Amino acid sequence: MSTQHMPLWEVFIRPRNGLHHKHVGSIHAPDDEMALQAARDVYTRREEGNSIWVVRSNDIVASDPDKAAENFDPAGEKVYRHPSFYDIPDEVGHM
Amino acid sequence: MYSQGLIGADTTTEETEEFLAAFQARIDREEKIEPNDPMPAAYRKTLIRQIGQHAHSEIVGMLPEGNWITRAPSLRRKLALLAKVQDEGGHGLYLYSAAETLGVSREQMTEELLAGKAKYSSIFNYPTPTWADIGAIGWLVDGAAIMNQVPLCRCSFGPYARAMVRICREESFHQRQGYELMMTLAKGTPEQKEMAQDALNRWWWPSLMMFGPSDSDSSHSDQSMKWKIKRFSNDELRQKFVDATVPQAELIGLTMPDPDLRWNEAKNGGQGGYDFGAIDWDEFWRVVKGGGPMNRDRIAARQKAWDDGAWVRDAALAHAEKRRARAASATLEAAE
Ligand SMILES: [Fe+2]
Ligand SMILES: [Fe+2]
Repeated sequence: MSTQHMPLWEVFIRPRNGLHHKHVGSIHAPDDEMALQAARDVYTRREEGNSIWVVRSNDIVASDPDKAAENFDPAGEKVYRHPSFYDIPDEVGHM
Repeated sequence: MYSQGLIGADTTTEETEEFLAAFQARIDREEKIEPNDPMPAAYRKTLIRQIGQHAHSEIVGMLPEGNWITRAPSLRRKLALLAKVQDEGGHGLYLYSAAETLGVSREQMTEELLAGKAKYSSIFNYPTPTWADIGAIGWLVDGAAIMNQVPLCRCSFGPYARAMVRICREESFHQRQGYELMMTLAKGTPEQKEMAQDALNRWWWPSLMMFGPSDSDSSHSDQSMKWKIKRFSNDELRQKFVDATVPQAELIGLTMPDPDLRWNEAKNGGQGGYDFGAIDWDEFWRVVKGGGPMNRDRIAARQKAWDDGAWVRDAALAHAEKRRARAASATLEAAE
């Protein structure tokens, strides 16, 4: 058994122009080139996309899940950021 | 840190009563659990075991069908079989990647499979002596797998549920190509029809066993239902499969190898369903525990693939290292 772990890569695919690349899963590969090839074989067998990004999992900087509340809950109180907070006459129609 | 690269990370959680109650409440609210969320050790362990077994089943499942790729009777059938076997390889990889988000490594899972410590579906320990077996596998084995997998798309663990959505989208072609193959044989010469019936006779009971032990004997079922990893019991899924599949056999003129099979109006809360004969659980346990006709062959084939691939993995890693070193020295020279 090989002692060295094959690096892990996260795979992002753009389904078609006009859409964002979206995370679809991960694969193992020794380098960037083979990571792209493996991602193509594993995740796009049925025209799932026209562009692939791969990034080493270790290189992703992510927010601390323990700080999810302090990061994201305050937005919940800011109702004035939404259109429904403002009263305007019905006669105005769609605005 | 905090992305999905949890391999080897410290994943211990202090399991106070409040924590366990809060976790169950999240599950009851149909919230999905994601890799970095705190979770009970037993939830993690159950999922690692289940997703690992599922991944191994996809990979080992390539072997019985792979056996016929070179001998498919037409280009059309060969293309379908190649595509299906390749899909199963893909399914294994989606699932390994889902299991890895729980902190287990691919190498560890492979090692456990090869050492005989990790299980895989008992169905793949049966041989495929005739071409009709390819039809029976697609129709029955993939059919049973679909019954199992559709509810798993709503599993409480996010990465597993998402992998299942991808897989289910791909499975339907597997079952249809198998059924079409069986139908073609059943409409063929008497010998061809007999070959189809013989395959059905051999695969029907093992397919029913794919749903696992009866609810009364299933050790993991209750807790998995509570955690919404499972949504239906083994017996419920088995019944659904029987009810869906019996008419499909009738339609192509094949007979289920079960003299006790009969329609029962009162079943399924008055909707009707099929009563079927007793499953040979001794055979099931014998095959699960390694005594099936092909257990040794399957693991030997996986071991050979792993060993024969060792130099490729080593060379690819060495090549990647060389490229990295070259790129680094080129940047250094450019800076001078
Ligand atoms: Fe599959
Ligand atoms: Fe399949």
